[in-house]
Formats: sequence, C-alpha cells, structure tokens
Amino acid sequence: MRLLKLVPDNTNIKFLRWRVPFYVVSMILIAASWGLIMNKGLNYGVDFAGGQEIEATFTKQAAAPVAALREQVSKLGYGDPVIQRFGAPNEVSIRTKLPESAEGNPGAAEAISKKIIATIRAGNPDVRIESVSTVSGKVSGEFRQTALYALGAAMLAISIYIWVRFEWQFGVGALFALFHDVSLTLGMFALFQLEFSLQIIAAILAIIGYSLNDTIVVYDRIREDLKKFRKMPLPELLDMSVNETLARTVMTSATLLVALIPLLFFGPESLFGLTAAIVLGIFVGTYSSIYMAAPILIWLGVSGDSFVPTESAVDRQERLARERSAKP
Amino acid sequence: MLEFPTWKKLWYWGLTLAVAAAALPSLFSVSGLPWPSALPNPQVSLGLDLAGGSHILLEANEKQVAQQRLENMEESVRGRFKLAKPRIRIGDISSAGGRLSFLLKDPSQVDAAREEILPLTTGAGLTGQRDWDIAVEDGSRFVLTPTREGLAQAVSNAMDSAIEVIRKRIDALGTREPTIIRQGENRIVVQVPGLDDPTALKELLGKTAKLEFKLVDETAAPNDVKQGIAPPGDEIVPWADPNAPGSGGVPVIAVKRLGGIKGDQLTNAKQAFDSRNNTPVVSITFDQQGGAKFAKLTSENVNKRFAIILDGKVLSAPSINEPILGGSAQIQGSFSVQSATQLAIALRSGALPVDLTVVEERTVGPDLGADSIRKGLIAMGVGSGLVVLLMIAVYGRFGIYATIALIFNLMMILGVMAVMGTTLTLPGLAGFVLTIGAAVDANVLIYERMREERKKGRRVIAAVENGYKEASRAIYDANITNFIAGVLLFAFGSGPVRGFAVVLIIGLFTSVFTGVTLTRMWVADWLRKARPTELNV
Repeated sequence: MRLLKLVPDNTNIKFLRWRVPFYVVSMILIAASWGLIMNKGLNYGVDFAGGQEIEATFTKQAAAPVAALREQVSKLGYGDPVIQRFGAPNEVSIRTKLPESAEGNPGAAEAISKKIIATIRAGNPDVRIESVSTVSGKVSGEFRQTALYALGAAMLAISIYIWVRFEWQFGVGALFALFHDVSLTLGMFALFQLEFSLQIIAAILAIIGYSLNDTIVVYDRIREDLKKFRKMPLPELLDMSVNETLARTVMTSATLLVALIPLLFFGPESLFGLTAAIVLGIFVGTYSSIYMAAPILIWLGVSGDSFVPTESAVDRQERLARERSAKP
Repeated sequence: MLEFPTWKKLWYWGLTLAVAAAALPSLFSVSGLPWPSALPNPQVSLGLDLAGGSHILLEANEKQVAQQRLENMEESVRGRFKLAKPRIRIGDISSAGGRLSFLLKDPSQVDAAREEILPLTTGAGLTGQRDWDIAVEDGSRFVLTPTREGLAQAVSNAMDSAIEVIRKRIDALGTREPTIIRQGENRIVVQVPGLDDPTALKELLGKTAKLEFKLVDETAAPNDVKQGIAPPGDEIVPWADPNAPGSGGVPVIAVKRLGGIKGDQLTNAKQAFDSRNNTPVVSITFDQQGGAKFAKLTSENVNKRFAIILDGKVLSAPSINEPILGGSAQIQGSFSVQSATQLAIALRSGALPVDLTVVEERTVGPDLGADSIRKGLIAMGVGSGLVVLLMIAVYGRFGIYATIALIFNLMMILGVMAVMGTTLTLPGLAGFVLTIGAAVDANVLIYERMREERKKGRRVIAAVENGYKEASRAIYDANITNFIAGVLLFAFGSGPVRGFAVVLIIGLFTSVFTGVTLTRMWVADWLRKARPTELNV
C-alpha cells in the first residue's frame, strides 16, 4: 500500500530568505492588533464586564428577532442590550449592564432578569431560556485580573523553562513568538468584536501551549543541527532545520485541524468562540514558530558555538562563571 | 529501547487496562446501559454547564463581622464591669473607627478594669493569640483594637457556621446533592444540580434571619423619630412594610438599643395561621434558656410594646398583654404563606452569622446541557474519525498503532477523571477534542524521525530505535511546557475553565504513556515477530 505524503521528501524551501519582510509584516500586525485592542477594545462578555447575560433559543422561528428584541429590552431602561447570535440563527445571548443599585443585590438583579425574560416571552411564546448568568462588577474585575496574571505567568514560566533547557536566545525567541501569537489572537477578537470570555483565556493558553510545542520541535532540531554542522552559516542551517521538521509540522497541524473543525460545525454553540480561537491560533502559532522564533536566533547571535558538544557540564559552569566575572 | 521483558509488558498492560476500565461506568451511563451493581462504580461528574443547575457565589460582609464583634465586646465589657466588685463605672463609649473606646469614671480603677478585660481579649485557641490590643490613653481612656489575626479568625468562624446554616436551609428546601464549598477568605460557592429556577434558593440564602425582640421607646418624640434622630440609648429601625398595622403611617420606629433579646435560641419555627384573623404567621418555640429570657422580658414589660425585628427591619410591634411564659410565640408581619414558610425555614436553620450577597450567579437549563453533551460527542466522534483516517493514510501500520493508543488514551483520561472525582465541564469537552488532535503529535514526531533515519540508510531496527530516542527530547520538552500552561490555567482559572485545564493536564500524562510507551512496546513486538526488511512509514 502506498502511503499518503502530505509533504514531499527532501524539501528545500528557503523559508528564511524572506525573513525581513515577514518580520516587518508581523511587527505591523502586532502593532495593528494592539492599536485595535486599545482603540476598539475587546468585546468583554459577562465574565469580564459584569452584568447579566440571558441565553435564549427561539424554538419555532428560523432566526431570532434581534432588532425587535433590542427595541423591547432597551425600553425597559437598563441601557442598550448587547444582543449576539451564538451558533444557530435562532439562538441569541442578551447582555445588559447591571445598574449600580443592583450590584450585589440579588433581589434587584433577579427582578431585572425576570422582567427581561417576561418581555421576551410576551413577544415570543416559543422562547426557551437556556441560561442566565449574573456577575457582579467586583467578581468580573477579579476575573480580568487573574486572567491577565495567568497569561503573563504562563508566558514567563515557559520562556524560563526554554532558557534553562536551551540557551537564553531560545527563551527570548519563544517568548517573542508567544507574544506575537497572543497579540494577533487578541487583535482578531478586537477586530471582529467577538465575545471575549473566560473560555477565550483558556483558548489562548491552549494556543500558547500548541505554538510552543511547535517552536520546541523546531528549536530541538536547530540545536541538534548546530552541534552537527558547526561551520554552516546560520540562515542556511535554520532553513535546513525547518525543512527537516516540515513534514511533522504540517502533519500535526493537520491532525489538530481535522479534530477541531468538526467541533466548530457540529459542536455545542457555547464552544464556538473557544474552538475558533484555537483554530486561528494553530495557523498563527505554526507561522510564528517558523518566521518569528527561528530568524530571531540570527539576530540574537546564536552560533555553532552555542552548543559545543565537547563541553562538559563542569566546563560549562566554569565558562559561565568566567563570563559572568568578565562582565562589568 | 526495544527490549520489553515480560514483567514490564504485564505491568504496562495491567496499568492501561485498569485505568481504562475505570472509564467504563461513565461510558455505560452516557449510553444508557445498566452497569452491574456488584462492580465498583466510579463516575465522572458533570459540571453544571453540562448537567444543568445553578451556581451561586456568595460573599460575606467582613465589615459586618467586625461591627458585630465590637457590639459583642461592648456588651461583655459592660456586663463584667457591672458585676465587678467594686463596680466599675464607665462613660463616653464609642465604637467609631473599628475600635471600642470608653472612659473610666474613676481613673484609680485602671488596673482593676484591665484585669476584667484581659480574659475577653485572648483567643479561644491554644496559641495564646491575642484577639484585641488594649491601650490606655491619658490615664483613664481604654482603647480596644481588634488584631488582624483575631478578626481573620472571627471571619473564618463566621464562614464555617454560615456554611452549616446554608446546608440546613438547602436541605429544608428538599434539593438534591448541593455542593457547598468555602472559596477564599470570605466566599462560599453553592452549586445545586438540576435546579433551573434558583429564585427561592437565592431568597433563602440572602436572608440573614437575625431575629431580635426590642422594646419600643414610646417616649421618643415622634417628630425626631420621623427625621431619623434617635433619643439617647435608642436606635431608629425601619418597618419592613411601611403600611403595616401599628406603624401609624410612620416608616420608622424608635426602639431601645439594649435590653432586648435575640431570637437565636429556638428549637422550632413553623408557618401557621393566626387564630383570630386567619393570616399567615410564623410560630416559634424557644429553647429553655431562650424561653426564660423571653418570659423575663415579657413579665417586666407588660402593657408595653416590643418590636419584632428581622434583619434590621421591624415586622410588627405587638403590645404585651400578659407575660408569655410557655416559651412559644407568634410572629406577625404581613406574610404570605410562602414568605412565612421561608422565614420559618430560615429561623429553624439558625441565623447566618454574617450577611451574604450574591456576587455571581449562573443557571443553565437542563436542555442546554444535554444538547451540549450530544453535540460535543458527535463532534468528538467525527474529529477522532478524521484523525484516525489521516494517521492510517500517512503512516499505515504505525498509524493503526497510534489509533489504538489514542483509544486507550481517551479511556484513560476518562478513567483518571472518574477515579479522582474531577468534573467534566463544557470546555472540558473541548479539551478532549484538543487532546485527540495533539496526542498523536508524539507519534507524528517519532514516525517522521523513523522515516528520516531510514532515508539516511540506517537499518530498520536502528531507524526505529533512533526514531523513538531522538524524538523523545522534543516530546518531553513540549509536554512539560504544556503542563506549565495547564497548571497556571488551573490555578488562575475558575469553574468551567478549570475543567478544560484538568482534561489537558491528565491528557498530557496519558498521551505520553500511550503515544510513546505503549506504541514502542507494540512496534517492538512486531519487529521481533515479523522481522521486516523495510519500514513502510
């Protein structure tokens, strides 16, 4: 039986020839992402913004009457609701802010959700209320803070691990690639104003894990090749390492995508955002491992001497001590 | 690398099958098949987002605990000084700024006063920790400041008893299997599966149910009371229902601050009907001590009115026609049958030692959860099918090994979750799908390496050996970094998102075991038996 080959044998694609233009484009994309995040802001869901969210399915209508709902709910005087489709066209989430007076006041919050639900029911007897969430401003503020901590701590801890396992240049490279991935994912959420919830933080951490997985595979091969071909010019060597691992990179991206894409189409509506973010992250993460994590090693001055195979652990420590004392 | 002695094989197979078997009860219950009752039955519990139900996060008001402690301290100090011989007289009592301060009328009693206070200020624990700092200013002013440890301990105790009270109240509602857990210093999580209208529950939990009986000060000038100015020794309390009979149209009433009794010494409380006008009331029965206090209060104040105060609001203010000695009483207060029943439950289970407010609430209807599970399983099935097809198409025989490893992998994740009693949430389902896609990465790395080694001209066995050896470095590094991300997500995440982290973390361990160790064992067996001369990979 002839086996399928996603990538032909012995590819020799000059990935790094275009490293400067790609870097420039990536930098622009990162800047644009942060510009979007600052200016347009993220569309915080109830987890991060606080307030009330009612998820409803209109069982006998093809599409939810969004415009009518918006008008009816606005009239109640709790501000303009954010109404979003999630999944099928007849499923929407209706988000309203909680008035100051209802903060931490279960009676008032309850009354508001009752009123909104009654209003929806009056116009649409076929509505089924799927879930109601109320998050106070205090708790949502804490969620924002811990989410930020989690992302920061994960990126930092992982970079330190890479630094210990490889060399500092690789740690910086991995951190930069992760920063690129997280920025672009956040930028995408700002651009399309997708709902940004706790689940998306989980997705971003999964992306960090995946992108790093890819970066490590490439770095591992670079390290191996650096030991074998100490005299080879670095750009050429990096191209060789990327090409050698290309079949694996493509295959793993493919298995992840074929596993996740059904979840996008057949999975529960409430997982759509999380899955979409991870799928997006697979593309961004694969790209960043090749075009962000690898070329930065050239500029950070990795060379054939970075992993001198003959140097023993003791020698290495002595050399490091010498280098440290030599520095002012 | 490819040597597997029999004991090792037995050990690997035993471990795999034992852990995978732990998943069977959960799989049986999802597919609706009966599981033999004679066998152990570990189940993966479903999160509220899959099972449907209510999640309520309550926060305690720490300031109130501090205030309550100050009040109790004031009463204890007064009590001890009154009984001291000679009696110690004090004045200018203030509890402003979170400290209790008072002036001794006779400065020569400083030492005696200190002696009296000292036992009140040390903690009950064996650590000898001080709950209050005593300072004497200007020779005669005592200042008692709560210590941080003492306050923390008081909050902690209040939380513990609050959990007990909540449990009793929820049990009284007849709800099944609630989960009530303390979270952090001042929060309590209440989860009730299968509950899709938490209104009654929230009303019950939001009710502190602190019942007090205080004498009405009939001498207070009505105009002052209306403006909220309390005469000395009084406090102004609002009516729960401003139109209640007896309020006289004034929304507040002046009551004496001290000398009342608390309604916490009850043996029973139930909803009843007033025999005269057939309106719903709550009938309460005091325990012996409480009954004696209530008898004393009513005997000493015949023909006066006392206010029945619930959570700082006056329910009613009946006049005492005769001493009530039997130890039972009736509370009136514009109730409906339902609200009277609720109050009875709240009183029976005891007052909450501290006010609780709902800071987060999530309720998921039962339909949504079932729908999510169904859709999640379909997506998982299609996804795994495609991964398997791709693996077999690209790696042939080795793809089949990877597929079998993947099946064991999923079973083992489920088995570990069942045995550890972790919860499967909606994001957890996504974690499963992600694991399906990512777990085969180890196999991809190994097989691609084998292919490369073979191309370099190594013999079959050496190529396989090198494939496993050279790929494992990257596999371990990648899994450790993923583990770091997963642990941080678990540590910082909350609720359902934690479920995602749990599946990922368990999945990392099982993936390495099944994807690397088990496939190596199978490949080694095949090499020995078939002695292939070519690697079709």
